Amino acid sequence: MTVAGSIGIVAVIAVVLLLGIPLGGYLHRVFTGARSWFEPVFDPFERLLYKLVGVNQSVRMDWKAYLRALMLVNFMMMIFAYLIFRLQGMLPLNPDHIPGMSWDLAFNTAASFITNTNWQNYAGEQSMSYLGQTLAITYLQFTSAATGFVAAIAFVRGLTANRSDSIGNFWVDFIKIHTRVLLPLAIAFAVLLVGLGVPQTLLGAQTAHTLQGGTQIISRGPVASLEAIKQIGTNGGGFFNANSAHPFEDPTAFTSVLEMVAMGVISVALIAVFGKFVANRRQARVLYVFLTTILLVGAFVVYANEAAGNPLVHQALGIAGPNMEGKEWRFGPALSSVFVAMTTAFTTGAVSSMHDSLMPLSGLVPFLFMMFNLIFGGKGVGLLNIVMFLIITVFLSGLMVGRTPEIFGKKIEAREIKLATVAMLVHPFFILVPTAIAVATKAGTSSILNPGLHGFSEVLYAFTSAAANNGSAFAGLNGNTVFYNVSLGIVMLLGRYVSIIAMFAIAGSLAKKAVIPASAGTLKTDTFAFGAVFVAVFVIVGALTFFPALAIGPIGEQLQMLSRLAGH
Amino acid sequence: MAKESSRTISGEILTRAVWESFVKLDPRVLIKNPVMFVVEIGFAITLALSVDPLIFGGVRHPGQRAYNMTVAVILLITILFGNFAEAVAEGRGKAQADSLRKAKTDLTANRRKSSGNFESVPATALRKGDVVRVAAGDMIPADGEVLEGLGSVDESAITGESAPVIRGAGGDFSSVTGGTKLLSDELIIRVTVDPGESFLDQMINLVEGASRQKTPNELALSVLLAGLTLIFVIVVDTLEPMATYVHGSIGVATLIALLVCLIPTTIGALLSAIGIAGMDRVIRFNVIAKSGKAVEAAGDVNTLILDKTGTITIGNRLASEFIPVGDHSEQELIEAAVISSLFDETPEGRSVVDLGKEKGVSRARESYSDAENVEFSADTRMSGLNLADGSLYRKGAVDAIRRHVLERKGQVPDDLAGKTETIARAGGTPLAVIRGTDVCGLIYLKDIVKPGMKQRFAELRKMGIKTVMCTGDNALTAATIAKEAGVDDYIAEAKPEDKMRLIKAEQGQGKLVAMSGDGTNDAPALAQADVGLAMNTGTTAAKEAGNMVDLDSDPTKLIEVVSIGKQLLITRGAITTFSIANDVAKYFAIIPAMFVAMIPSLQALNVMRLTSPHSAILSALIFNALIIPLLIPLAMKGVKYRPVSATSMLLRNLLIYGVGGVITPFAGIKIIDLLLTALGLAHI
Repeated sequence: MTVAGSIGIVAVIAVVLLLGIPLGGYLHRVFTGARSWFEPVFDPFERLLYKLVGVNQSVRMDWKAYLRALMLVNFMMMIFAYLIFRLQGMLPLNPDHIPGMSWDLAFNTAASFITNTNWQNYAGEQSMSYLGQTLAITYLQFTSAATGFVAAIAFVRGLTANRSDSIGNFWVDFIKIHTRVLLPLAIAFAVLLVGLGVPQTLLGAQTAHTLQGGTQIISRGPVASLEAIKQIGTNGGGFFNANSAHPFEDPTAFTSVLEMVAMGVISVALIAVFGKFVANRRQARVLYVFLTTILLVGAFVVYANEAAGNPLVHQALGIAGPNMEGKEWRFGPALSSVFVAMTTAFTTGAVSSMHDSLMPLSGLVPFLFMMFNLIFGGKGVGLLNIVMFLIITVFLSGLMVGRTPEIFGKKIEAREIKLATVAMLVHPFFILVPTAIAVATKAGTSSILNPGLHGFSEVLYAFTSAAANNGSAFAGLNGNTVFYNVSLGIVMLLGRYVSIIAMFAIAGSLAKKAVIPASAGTLKTDTFAFGAVFVAVFVIVGALTFFPALAIGPIGEQLQMLSRLAGH
Repeated sequence: MAKESSRTISGEILTRAVWESFVKLDPRVLIKNPVMFVVEIGFAITLALSVDPLIFGGVRHPGQRAYNMTVAVILLITILFGNFAEAVAEGRGKAQADSLRKAKTDLTANRRKSSGNFESVPATALRKGDVVRVAAGDMIPADGEVLEGLGSVDESAITGESAPVIRGAGGDFSSVTGGTKLLSDELIIRVTVDPGESFLDQMINLVEGASRQKTPNELALSVLLAGLTLIFVIVVDTLEPMATYVHGSIGVATLIALLVCLIPTTIGALLSAIGIAGMDRVIRFNVIAKSGKAVEAAGDVNTLILDKTGTITIGNRLASEFIPVGDHSEQELIEAAVISSLFDETPEGRSVVDLGKEKGVSRARESYSDAENVEFSADTRMSGLNLADGSLYRKGAVDAIRRHVLERKGQVPDDLAGKTETIARAGGTPLAVIRGTDVCGLIYLKDIVKPGMKQRFAELRKMGIKTVMCTGDNALTAATIAKEAGVDDYIAEAKPEDKMRLIKAEQGQGKLVAMSGDGTNDAPALAQADVGLAMNTGTTAAKEAGNMVDLDSDPTKLIEVVSIGKQLLITRGAITTFSIANDVAKYFAIIPAMFVAMIPSLQALNVMRLTSPHSAILSALIFNALIIPLLIPLAMKGVKYRPVSATSMLLRNLLIYGVGGVITPFAGIKIIDLLLTALGLAHI
């Protein structure tokens, strides 16, 4: 570890916070209908869209209507993307003559991008036409982020409503997040990336003649436009197979920092939005302090282990220094480490180094961040998970102050707990069960490239990434088989929608309840004491759930490594 | 009920509880408790495995049967401990129910026939609307309302209070309870309930727990516990395939042991005992809660509405000062006042005599034995004494006295009006005193706040509960008393509708309201309030409307009931937290034990240095079972509740039950492991 590297890590996270918190104020204004300076630009454009789509702005939806609209739109978009992936061979914008995908790969990819996961069982430059990259991939990277975001906004509206059914209008929210947030940010960022060396073209791959006289095919395409929303929408699905490790996606250390800022800023802003909705700045502050601390700890655990390098290599070959396997020289260990922590905390899933090559304990960090899925978390979904664990925490600790539990003045009763439990079950169920099936079947194990505990980690990582809708890959696992395409696809879909449905039902039931005014006997959720309990609850519940699996995976690997070291 | 003997856990209760623990093993009973039901399934499987260890395939190891059998036995004991906890809690209620039942048996009644004559019938034959006659020395056969007569009744069978109470026709004291004894006179009573619905029947059902339903919060907690159980079922079920991948196998008995250690058995076993014990604590305060829900709601109360008279102040106003008017001295005034009150038996009158004595003026009654006592009447609104020498002494309402004096052409001193006003403004009641037509001065009657009330209201404020005082007094008086007692708010000149309006207004803001009341006109408000504590001395209507009845008829008990409600919730939360926190240590015992054969380096996680994989698993399992009986006293007594701020209470309880819950099992499991090792059972 170097001082410069450590300062760099802190600086990146600080910049994300400094930009994200004020952005929260703007987002809150957008979704409470406040007018902004840009009204003359946005308003006519949105009116036109409403007219085209046939949206009546004044309609208020209850949770069921909102959810129905959300699910319907998502389903239609997934069908659309599936058809493009299947038929891209026959469709235009295909200069490199890439054929259509197999049914299972097309299903996996459509499920992956509709759920904001961006798990990629295909290599972008070989298996995706420019039509697919733009009209399907880039498009879904906008809409899936928008879906998660409006889900969170609608949920928070329900949480703060007082004896009301309405949680907003899906169509209005869905259009506004595009017009007023994602499109402006993505266009600006894409232009910036083009200026910094990221290609943006519809021309096909270039053939280059090397100095040795060989030929090299250099893939390119509309990269910058995809790269921008890939980060801003916490999507993570790259244009190229190598993702952000590829020089065309992430040419320099500077662009790497920009990409990290882009992936973090909206998720960070959402906490501020939440604080504004519940009219409690202290609540947001407490969450910021604890989540940022955990993010920093995670980044430094990775950095410390990577910077220390592999002791076995040192012992056997006498090579000291950081573990550079799977890392890009232009990023170095510090930037690569903070990228690992952030891409899993914000459930982006972009990678600028190979997670497969991380030291075992460093590998534990992305595992845990994805299993928690609430260290800020992905677009909207992170906030939903935060509130879900707040509900569980309030329920347990609220009892201990001698009142039936309430959150933000709403009583938590059997119905809410039932639904929160369903949401809480999603992760253990969709991570552990498919992992167990995969390691117990030939179809599952035949894709594993590394033997032993590391191979187990690869499978566990794949399902964790899918269930958390993260999309980062441990690599080392051949995912493009019918078994993994279908199982990962199903896990991604269920991992996202089951918890959204459960949380929406909670929002609907909380919206109807009256707000009980706080008194001295009310458990305050905006204190650091409560924040600490909140962290303890999700860490303990998370640890209790995944400890055995992690013991076989990264923890076992680390201990094995240490015992081998001692055995010499 | 008040008898101490029925409250402590007697040997008889324990014997019955042991028997009950086995009866409750019936899966049809146990399925209501999902956590313990999972343990029972585990027990059935391990039992089968101890007969044939190879039901699920695998290879035979030596000692497998003994190990499986040990696990099965520990699981059985775990369930029995849980059943025992519930049975003990229920047992106390049953013992109370039995003593109540004795009051009910073999009663006969004198029922009035349509002809007007009376016939003797068994009490069980009585129906709503029947009219019965009860003579002195008879038991009152059923709940009812007194139509005619006035008599003293011994209600100790129900209230435990041996002093008899007066019951009579009309007014707020007309309700009688079946199973109580009429001591004097004769009463004609109209029966108000059908058999099986009487107050006594209700009480028996309540204390026995027969009509016990899960409260909303208990239900929510059960759901969470079931959810956690399901998570751990998934965790454990997926372990075997994972182990197979690393070329190992975990025995089914070990998997079940892990599962049972992880699922929240401690709280699962104690949950219903906590609920029953909470109800029982309320009963021991001589309050009958009609449902557990009411007790739970009491813990949540935001606003407490209390009547001034009898609740906040002692029932009567007492003399606190003598204020002379005109050119009279204080001494003259006191003498006149004392003489006028000498034969006045009202508390106000007694207090005047007492205050006079305190100020050095006392008169013996004997020396005035020839005087004529003039009682207070609503007409004259004054009382006093006509002495034998013809001089008149009177005290009474200021305006009545003034009229009296003016009618007799007397002089009213100029400062009378001003001083009267001063007393009224300070919240007191002024009484004017005259000798003949000479106005001597004023007696300042004051409401006396019960000792300790101010401190209790301060405690309530700390709990976040707002207190509102209701009084028929004018605003001035009300404000003074409110300030003196330290209540947060008051309604003056309150009519029953005002109480109702206040309750609805508070509820409209989402608050929970508690109140106490006794009169029929309180009934609607009692029904509307979230917690309505009716006085046992009150009318049947009031008792039916409230969701709790205080047998001692002490309205301040509301405050205790609130504390009990909170204590119930805290106990539930504390044991749940403890139960979940325990899992950390159990993991460190079991995970290395399970995987050590496949991944030897995981031995590093065996931080407790337990002797062998088997002893580690058995120690964790034994700890898991033993903690249940060890926590039964806590579940029964409840976690101590202190009125402090929510955050400091949270921290305190987290420290004890959360952090304590993480640390305790590390020590406990290690000790059990050492014992097992010492006994040579580590390698069973």
